[in-house]
Amino acid sequence: MNPTSPDAEPALLCRGLRKIYEAGRGSGRKRAGAVLALEGLDLAIVRGECFGLLGPNGSGKTTTVEMLEGLIEPTGGEVKLLGMDWAHDESRLRERMGVALQETRLPEKLTVEEVLTLFRSFYQRPRPLEALLADVQLEEKRRAWVVKLSGGQRQRLAIACALVAEPEILFLDEPTTGLDPQSRRQIWGLVAAYRARGGTVLLTTHYMEEAQRLCDRVAILDRGRLIRLGTPAELIAGMGAEHVVELELEAGIGALDEATLRNLPTVTDVHLSGEGVWALAAVEPERAVPALRTLLQERGQHLVRLGTRKATLEDVFVSLTGRALRDD
Amino acid sequence: MTESQRPRPVVQLTLMRLREMMREPGALFWTFGFPVLLSVALGIAFRVKGPEPVVVGALPGVTLQARDALASAGVQVRLLDEAAAQAALRSGQVAVLLVPPAQPGEPFTYRFDPVRPEARLGRATVDAILQKAAGRQDPLAVRDQEVQERGSRYIDFLIPGLLAMNLMSGSMWGIGWVIAEMRVRKLLKRLLAAPMRRRHLLFAFGLSRLVVIPFEIALILIFARLVFGVQVAGSYAALGLVGLAGSASFAAIAILVASRAQNTQTVSGLMNLVMLPMFVLSGVFFSSTHFPEVTRPFISALPLTAMCDGMRAVMIDGAGLAGTLPYLAVLAAWGVVSFVLGLRWFRWG
Repeated sequence: MNPTSPDAEPALLCRGLRKIYEAGRGSGRKRAGAVLALEGLDLAIVRGECFGLLGPNGSGKTTTVEMLEGLIEPTGGEVKLLGMDWAHDESRLRERMGVALQETRLPEKLTVEEVLTLFRSFYQRPRPLEALLADVQLEEKRRAWVVKLSGGQRQRLAIACALVAEPEILFLDEPTTGLDPQSRRQIWGLVAAYRARGGTVLLTTHYMEEAQRLCDRVAILDRGRLIRLGTPAELIAGMGAEHVVELELEAGIGALDEATLRNLPTVTDVHLSGEGVWALAAVEPERAVPALRTLLQERGQHLVRLGTRKATLEDVFVSLTGRALRDD
Repeated sequence: MTESQRPRPVVQLTLMRLREMMREPGALFWTFGFPVLLSVALGIAFRVKGPEPVVVGALPGVTLQARDALASAGVQVRLLDEAAAQAALRSGQVAVLLVPPAQPGEPFTYRFDPVRPEARLGRATVDAILQKAAGRQDPLAVRDQEVQERGSRYIDFLIPGLLAMNLMSGSMWGIGWVIAEMRVRKLLKRLLAAPMRRRHLLFAFGLSRLVVIPFEIALILIFARLVFGVQVAGSYAALGLVGLAGSASFAAIAILVASRAQNTQTVSGLMNLVMLPMFVLSGVFFSSTHFPEVTRPFISALPLTAMCDGMRAVMIDGAGLAGTLPYLAVLAAWGVVSFVLGLRWFRWG
């Protein structure tokens, strides 16, 4: 399915969506003073698409999805979900969507089966228990208490709760945060299977690999503002260079300055990535690298490491904001 | 899938609450074990003993004749020197101290603290015995008739209070604390993201209490009957009604207390703020009539007072449904006002 085909009815549409937390009414850490959590967001997500909201912690991703899910009242703007709006069609909407919040702790002393039965009871047309257990590969854990499950199993159970009534649109807020690589791949498999059945997905993540692998389009949020929107390939192409040269010097970062590196052939952008590593965005690394070696020889500098790789969404974010996406 | 195969939300939500409780040993102990242990401890501490003997102290110099007269009338006499006698008097080990005349011809002295009831009683007893031994004749003939009224023991007073206290705690912790915990865990928000009706959740909270309450009441009543012989003078229906009304009223108060609390520490602090003054004022352990007269209307208006007094009216005084109406009215007022305010302020997210 082509996500940009004009005749597809949008699964989700929002215009001018904004949220300001008033002084003293915000949640958690943002209590003092009014906080702008989201500033005028416009989005259109077509049916069958997997759309990713990207951004670092505190960028407004969760506030955005929870407004789209009808769980937080927006300060302004409008939301149309499956052609309906929250003020008039809440109960019908809830039947047709699935939600996995960021870190819900399901009842710890209920079994997998009991939790799924509880969620099945809320829907008019729930899918059979066996099918749900099979989907998320928890058949063998059906009688295990939630508290005994691993992080990955709990997350799969949370997604099963979201898939109870075969929703038309699935919201996943940081579905793989804190999971090991294998559990993460299992979750990706669930999302892929759901999409293969024709579902629409909106997910938030701060893992670029996840966005690149799963999403047809991504929106990058930073400090409550949309800073880029497009397919992962478009965003990478938009940097002007599709390759990144990373180098680390024996003498540390102070040995070279940004302006010198910027003057290397086909280098479009220079950043410090991580601890003492220079990252150069280069259109043609085969020309940039020899020039770099010559420069280092002239100055008597020695490399600890030199490598080239394809640019990722992480590089896009760094080049847009000058900051790393993950602070962990 | 047909309608009949579909699990019902109220049933599932109620089962969730009951399962969580039954699978939590701590919750079971506080609901069922603690009130039984408390009634055992207090029942033993305040069990009815025979009449306490009067204990008096005597300084050296009190005649053997006087001491024999007292001892043969059942009074315990302890010979003490001046320092020991003062200490015993001060600590209440002796009710009265007999001080012999300093010089022949002067009177006996009773040294006692008139503020202490047992000291006044001791003085009167000792005086009557000594006067009689000295030859006083009683001009009026009297006769004693000793009775033991049913329901007059401390344990009879205590059990209805413990019942009321237990039902209050059950509603407050079983609903208020649980709501705050579900909010912290984001479970409330997750349930709302599904097409769950809010009233179903509140209804399930009530229903899960309704299932447990008969067991709570029965356990304490059966235990008190078997171990202490405590009886219910009035109707069980009236007792059940007071218990249900009180539980419902405190369930509503719990919803109000938990309506905005963002963490479990806040909600347990607030609940203790609500419950502790009532533990003291409402007469769970000791009659609230000991408090000054001006405070009576205020204390009577407290929901725990209404539940305690209502249960005592049924269990001790034998009140029927009609006799419990004033207490039910107080409980209903608290319940309705708390429920309306609680729902208005309630924060789901």
